[in-house]
Amino acid sequence: MRLGLVIDLDTCVGCHACATSCKEWNTSSITAPLTDYDPYGKEPSGVWFNRIRHYEVGTYPNNKTINFPMSCMHCENAECVTVCPTGASYKRPEDGIVLVDQDKCMGCNYCSWACPYGARELDRESGTMKKCTLCVDRLYDEALPVEERKPACVLACPAHARMFGDLDDPQSAVSRAVRDRGGYALMPELNYNPTNHYLPPRTRAPVPTHDLGRPSLARKVKEWVNRVIER
Amino acid sequence: MKPSLAVIFLTLFSGSGFGLVALLALDNDFRIGGGFAPIMTAILMGCGLVLVTIGMISSTAHLANPKNAWRAFTRWRSSWLSREGVFAMVFYPFAIADAGWVFFTDDTHGALALLLSNAAAVLGLATIFSQGMIYACLRTIRQWHTPLVPANFYALGFAVGAAILAAARIVTGGPDRALASMAVGLLLIAAVLKAIYYFWIGKPSGTTIQTATGFNRGTVRLLDQGHTFGTFLTREFSNCLNRTRARRLRIAVFMVGFAGPVALLAADLQHSIGLWAITAPVLALLGVGIERFLFFAEAQHVVNLYHGRMPASLPKMPEFMRRKAPSAVPLVAHYDKG
Ligand code: SF4
Ligand code: SF4
Repeated sequence: MRLGLVIDLDTCVGCHACATSCKEWNTSSITAPLTDYDPYGKEPSGVWFNRIRHYEVGTYPNNKTINFPMSCMHCENAECVTVCPTGASYKRPEDGIVLVDQDKCMGCNYCSWACPYGARELDRESGTMKKCTLCVDRLYDEALPVEERKPACVLACPAHARMFGDLDDPQSAVSRAVRDRGGYALMPELNYNPTNHYLPPRTRAPVPTHDLGRPSLARKVKEWVNRVIER
Repeated sequence: MKPSLAVIFLTLFSGSGFGLVALLALDNDFRIGGGFAPIMTAILMGCGLVLVTIGMISSTAHLANPKNAWRAFTRWRSSWLSREGVFAMVFYPFAIADAGWVFFTDDTHGALALLLSNAAAVLGLATIFSQGMIYACLRTIRQWHTPLVPANFYALGFAVGAAILAAARIVTGGPDRALASMAVGLLLIAAVLKAIYYFWIGKPSGTTIQTATGFNRGTVRLLDQGHTFGTFLTREFSNCLNRTRARRLRIAVFMVGFAGPVALLAADLQHSIGLWAITAPVLALLGVGIERFLFFAEAQHVVNLYHGRMPASLPKMPEFMRRKAPSAVPLVAHYDKG
């Protein structure tokens, strides 16, 4: 089994709901807490497992905004695990989830240097490395209803841009989505072989704008008033 | 990368210490310049031990959770960082035993003395190699992912070690020709290797923001990093040197670290410089310290791409070449329609 996420860049609206929900669940979960530094001050910062960045792809007028969530890819060749001198970082053989044993980590940062995807963040308070656990404490919790045995981010996403499943099983929904939509992994040239995949935006016909009539005088005035009042 | 003083000191001092111990053993094996007297051997071995220890102690300052540091000896089968620790710890008993044996028996060339000193030398060299591989094995940092890194670590460790040996001999008197020449030679080799390294890291790598995001067919531009203030990632990896400053520091490495000590030792070959010889290893150590700062500060982790930074080393065509290019000539030949 090779559990992981498939993220649909076509539908992600960049709302950061997955990151917030992740933080909420994991700050009291197995590698808790996700410490915040200066949360209400001038320079708020802290530990997050999931970060969303925003890019512009292409140049105007053929451009597009892409919202790009990134968390641990639970790589097959997880160098972060290979380089760890203490054995705190490990990859579970049964489902491929990469975890950090908080009781063994000595906070040397070496694994974060080895991770190309910026998935690992040191918690300055505990002095240990923290990262996405794929909500391993939800996946097998029989107290939860079956449909909730998924990572918190997947449940939170309002655009259904996050899918969770077994990427080893060619018939799983995630594997089919990767196949059908041309899903890809990031920085393949580094050969980490990430489990998480990204689905590229679909190509759609552009919304035609040439046939829009010229705005009436009343509408022009209204638009002008709106602009002025906003300032 | 953020140049952390703890790691700079670790690699600088322990590398120099291991280089010193290795050359000391070699020197007594082949009696280069007559070999060292027992008391000097013990003192120099102690010197090496002190340097290594300064490095090892400062390395623990880098750990956020040092109470688990003992676990770092457990993963020697996969991790170079663990191997470094194991080799360094095995080095200690041999080096201490050798210093003690030589001091108390007054015998540097007996079988046991040679055995102990050479064992310490080999273990020290293994530690330098592991130290180099800690960086060289990371595919995420192009400036480090090269065999030149362990090669440089060796060359610089030997160069500083040789400068210390030569200075010790010059200060205490005795035949210093061989040792000073050896130091000059090793310093020059280290300078050339470092120059090759600086040339090599100027070339671009294959990883770009396009391969990082998967949008290979167009330009990709960061609109928003998604966080209000800095994160662990920006603090640890976003450090950047501007080109002028980097160039000045590189010049300082060559002047202070190589040219200075070479000039001093070469001058000694003509006419003994006495106590001044001590400045040679001090300068070399200082220069290699600047080199080690640059080694970290110039390293660019691929995660910076996600924050919109392209590799600093992406080459631009120099202006003078642009001007020379004929601009009015069409790229595709025109044919007369006839
Ligand atoms: S994304 Fe980074 S932390 Fe996660 S498995 Fe891959 S290398 Fe390790
Ligand atoms: S920070 Fe912790 S998990 Fe990472 S390499 Fe060091 S000991 Fe291992």
